[in-house]
Amino acid sequence: MLWETIRLAMLSIRRNVMRSILTLLGIVIGVAAVIAMITIGSGTTEKVKSDIAKLGSNLLIVNAGRPPVPGSRPDRVIRELGDKEVEALRTHLEGARAVAGAAQKQVRVVYGNESLTVGVTGADPDFLVARDWQIASGRPFTDQEARGGAGVCLIGETVRQQFFGAGDPGDATIRVNKMSCKVIGLLEPKGTTGFGQDQDNVVIMPITAFQRRIAGNRDVDSIYISAEENVSTSDLQDSVEGILRDVRRVPADKDNDFNIRDMTQVAETMASATTVMTGMLGAVAGVSLLVGGIGIMNIMLVSVTERTREIGIRLAIGAHERHILVQFLVEATVLSLFGGLLGIALGLGLAYAASWVLSVPFVPSAAVVLLAVGFSALIGMIFGFFPALRGARLDPIDALRHE
Amino acid sequence: MSQPLIKFEKVWKTYGEGEARVNALAGVSFSIPRGEFVAIMGPSGSGKSTAMNIIGCLDTPTRGRYDFLGIDAGDLDRGRRAILRNRHIGFIFQGYNLLPRTTAAENVELPLVYRGIGAADRRRLALEALDQVGLANRADHTPAELSGGQQQRVAIARAIVTNPTLLVADEPTGNLDTQRSHEVMELLTSFNHERGLTIAMVTHEADIAEYADRTIRFLDGHIVSDGISAEAA
Repeated sequence: MLWETIRLAMLSIRRNVMRSILTLLGIVIGVAAVIAMITIGSGTTEKVKSDIAKLGSNLLIVNAGRPPVPGSRPDRVIRELGDKEVEALRTHLEGARAVAGAAQKQVRVVYGNESLTVGVTGADPDFLVARDWQIASGRPFTDQEARGGAGVCLIGETVRQQFFGAGDPGDATIRVNKMSCKVIGLLEPKGTTGFGQDQDNVVIMPITAFQRRIAGNRDVDSIYISAEENVSTSDLQDSVEGILRDVRRVPADKDNDFNIRDMTQVAETMASATTVMTGMLGAVAGVSLLVGGIGIMNIMLVSVTERTREIGIRLAIGAHERHILVQFLVEATVLSLFGGLLGIALGLGLAYAASWVLSVPFVPSAAVVLLAVGFSALIGMIFGFFPALRGARLDPIDALRHE
Repeated sequence: MSQPLIKFEKVWKTYGEGEARVNALAGVSFSIPRGEFVAIMGPSGSGKSTAMNIIGCLDTPTRGRYDFLGIDAGDLDRGRRAILRNRHIGFIFQGYNLLPRTTAAENVELPLVYRGIGAADRRRLALEALDQVGLANRADHTPAELSGGQQQRVAIARAIVTNPTLLVADEPTGNLDTQRSHEVMELLTSFNHERGLTIAMVTHEADIAEYADRTIRFLDGHIVSDGISAEAA
């Protein structure tokens, strides 16, 4: 009986192909929008998470200046961090896998006839450990080179491509600002951040060399601290705060004149922000599903009116009200479900294309797809119910007289 | 003799309210025994169609009592009347009322669908019924591909496929020429004779009414004559 009804519904949909397609379009667009939004949104969330994970796991980053408070101006005068703080943390901090000071500057780097503006980082050898950054070939600089401020450097993939093309940098010497620098290693590529920043356009050298030859001061911009396994970053953050207040002699009644960012927290915050965004976009897209549902209702009302006589015949020869109701409900549901399936295909296609353009991972979710199928069927049932009921309640005599 | 198949007892059917009130039937009483072929005649507005709708359990009396198969059919709800129609009553109409774009066999199968009979049995019964009206070779044609007479014969097949007790025919020859009309009437008469099928038929053509055993004439909601048809007499 049900199979018979479904077959009947298909037939009647096929009879009005054009009309059915136009009706479907509302549902198709609605479902496609929801699927695309949610899929792209989850991809973005993944991307943000992995970007932050690329900074290094369980990472704390210390910067000079009070923690930024929304609505207040940043400090005018900032007491920079220095070797003193790095040294103090290295000596007193427990539970840290690596503590590394680093300073950055955008500098013109030249090799042969080629030149490139690169984010040059002066860093302690532990910097690579703290940031989970691997060396693709060559070697990191030694403690001795670090202490002595030797002219050695590691280069990122973008820099390598610019200067050496497909070739091997070997023992080439590049010029950073006015300083000669021997390339001793190639860094593992990290790709682009979610904000479009090329993380591979980088040159890393010992911080002592950077301070002396490039920055011209003894400042440390950031201190990177990575926690050991099983050490909670918030506990570590408390210890760091204590040591730094101590070494910087911050009076007990004053706020910190530095800030510590817990990257795990930042990751969670950003991921939850994108999740909220995804939800909101999905909800907005959901509104178009509602509009699609109204389209279904409209066309089902037309269909019931057109087929009044048919309903009369069916009622006269013994169809129960229930039979008519189910017939039109099934028809609306099948129509809507069709739209849902097309919408899923279109939505996933759109999301796939968008994931290419936005370079975020394509994360289709079976749950969302199933939900969309269920929801579109539900829409058909809900919006088909009123027209179906109207058909079922027709008086067979009036219906038979209908022209 | 057992109770009659159809029994009207002072049946009233009133439409409208107040000034616009119309009595389509004004206290009509009659009965039809099983196996009888009755023609119902009368000008439009005489109440004959209303009477037919009540006989076919499509409508219920405003007042009075209508017994079908000894059941007070006027007291049944829509669902029960639907079941009663499906089990015991076949309908044929002036305009054939076949479902368009649906084959003859599928049209004939329709009442069986609502009886919950499986597809294979339905097909077999439908083909048998089509064979009885001489259209076995047109089973897979749609109404648009059939002539008026053929369409009406498909409608008859659809009406008898459930092996009903009563056939309700509303001007079955109204849209047909004389020759097709007589073919259809021969067919109905044969079902009446061979199966003892009770037939209630509305018509306004005297020569068609002559096929019936008995003719009831309506005027202004009353029965004005009820008697043996000319031919049968």
